[in-house]
Amino acid sequence: MLNFIQVLFDAAALGSLYALVALAIGLVFGIMRLINFAQGDYLTIGAYALVVPTASVTPPLLFGALPWPLMVAGVLATCIIVALLTERIAFRPLRNANPATLLISSFAVSYFIQHALMLVHTGRPKSIAMGSSLAQAIDIFGVRIPGVQLVTMTVTVSLLIGFVILLKKTAIGIQMRAAAENFQMARLLGVRANKVIAFGFALSGFLAGIVSLLLVAQTGTLDIKMGIMPVIFAFFATVIGGMGSLAGAALGGFLVGVTSVLLQAYLPPDLRAFRDAGVFALVILVLLVRPKGLIPSSASRERV
Amino acid sequence: MVLRLLKQAWPVLGLLLPLAVIVLLADQFGSISVERSVTEALIKIVTVVGLYIFIGNSGVVSFGHVSFMAIAAYATAWQTCCSALKPITMSGLPDFLRSHTYPVLPAGISAAILASIAAFVFGLILMRLSGIAASISTLAALFILNVVYSNWDKVTMGTASIVGLPTYVTPWLAFAVAGLAMVIAYLFQISSWGLALRATREDEVAARASGISVYWMRLAAFTLSGLVMGMAGVLHAHFLGTISVDTFFLSLTFITLTMLVVGGMRSLSGAVLGVVVISFVTDILRRMESGVSVSGQEIAIPAGSQEVVLAVVMLLVLIFRRDGLTKGREFAWPFARRQSISETKHGDA
Repeated sequence: MLNFIQVLFDAAALGSLYALVALAIGLVFGIMRLINFAQGDYLTIGAYALVVPTASVTPPLLFGALPWPLMVAGVLATCIIVALLTERIAFRPLRNANPATLLISSFAVSYFIQHALMLVHTGRPKSIAMGSSLAQAIDIFGVRIPGVQLVTMTVTVSLLIGFVILLKKTAIGIQMRAAAENFQMARLLGVRANKVIAFGFALSGFLAGIVSLLLVAQTGTLDIKMGIMPVIFAFFATVIGGMGSLAGAALGGFLVGVTSVLLQAYLPPDLRAFRDAGVFALVILVLLVRPKGLIPSSASRERV
Repeated sequence: MVLRLLKQAWPVLGLLLPLAVIVLLADQFGSISVERSVTEALIKIVTVVGLYIFIGNSGVVSFGHVSFMAIAAYATAWQTCCSALKPITMSGLPDFLRSHTYPVLPAGISAAILASIAAFVFGLILMRLSGIAASISTLAALFILNVVYSNWDKVTMGTASIVGLPTYVTPWLAFAVAGLAMVIAYLFQISSWGLALRATREDEVAARASGISVYWMRLAAFTLSGLVMGMAGVLHAHFLGTISVDTFFLSLTFITLTMLVVGGMRSLSGAVLGVVVISFVTDILRRMESGVSVSGQEIAIPAGSQEVVLAVVMLLVLIFRRDGLTKGREFAWPFARRQSISETKHGDA
């Protein structure tokens, strides 16, 4: 029983992380039909901003050396700036392209960022000592929960609440929802396209910064490809949840994370290595049964 | 009559003749490294033409096609490779593969056919979806196959490389297969099925209303492109003599898609031209990365520049010339009089 609760906590923590990335992808998709594959690379850049660019395996700290509020602010600002830059340079000229073209262009942006980072930081994985106080486990009724997991879950829940308030109560939030519902109509009613899209990208950069900090605190390593797996899972999470539906994205993220951890824990050992294949098969299955995802939104309609 | 046939076949011949000249030059005068670059580019042509058969005709972008290359590459490796080590390193193989070695030609053909069967089976499920959902599920398929082949240790040796395949691929063989792939692609595209599929690409609703089954047309193209991808996989395996599952993953997907997009994904000429242009650019960058001597000084650009430049080229083409270099046209018959324009446009239909 205790073991089961522990597994549940692992599942919820991983699910939260995926939910945050999925939320960022869902936000941008809702507004401009772009599945932003570069989302993972925003978080890689955020993580690399912690250290000074050198070829060393244990590099000296850059933002990582600052007191933590400044460090968090530095990483978040880096991610937001990168997200805005990619929007301005790569995605804005393509705004009216079809979703497949946009997806290809986001692949190109992702490929660019990865290899540009490799030019600066070299391709070797690096280790970084950070957040060691978070790594300690906390004992709650005999269940040992790593501090990072608690922080991850707390941050996710508060961010989700924050997002709901932002989208329901503020002017920019309502404009974003309107743009996601019907972009043309929203523009006719005076919503400024550039502003709303830029704000969506800024939010996705913000989320990428949070996730990169949580990931680094968890693993203590930096890798050029560290963003790929989270973004793949989150990407499939948005598909499962319903493209463009934010609640769906968060739900899908949780589902993917939970499925992945449960399969890892309860599959027979021979099959455990194939766990991820099971998660990906789930994506195809959901798409077949509910092509518009679990929580469909108007954004999932193809525009004619 | 002969002229008519020549005109009909021109979109393929017009591509093959310059390629033949390049291969001939490389074969006669080029160094070994040039010869290898040319062979590699020809194999890429087979790959991208395979992609084109499905993506170009149906308009659905697929991210999963390199999986079929992997399937064929492994299938041919099981049949032709390392008879002494096979029973130990790949103990999970069925007996007829584990303790026998087959000649390369039947092995290659059966491997390509296996790839097309795999494409058919995956297509049965994936082609039910359309638009962006179809693209996403092909990506999911890519990941599924990657996970399975990386972990099926007893059959695929996991992520380790299989070494010691017979390397029989010469520039001329690669050229012959590239020609075959182009002929297959062209015949499909001017066939009634190809035409129907192109109609669904332009307007799915109208095509359905005209009685075209989008599902079956796409499935046919998917299977055929699986076959050509399989041919590419076999060539790839027997060119390098070694395969590993991670060669057939995101990076190869990206490079081949770049080639297709840069050339123009709506025509066969675009697919081939894209490969030639991008191969040329990457080859030069690769040589610069390993160092060139300029007036006695050794100059090398940092590793990774090749990919950065590639990504920038891709973005520039997407932004400024979305239909690619060829804008979706085929090579036109060069001796056409004004009034026969409708005829020369035939290949474009």
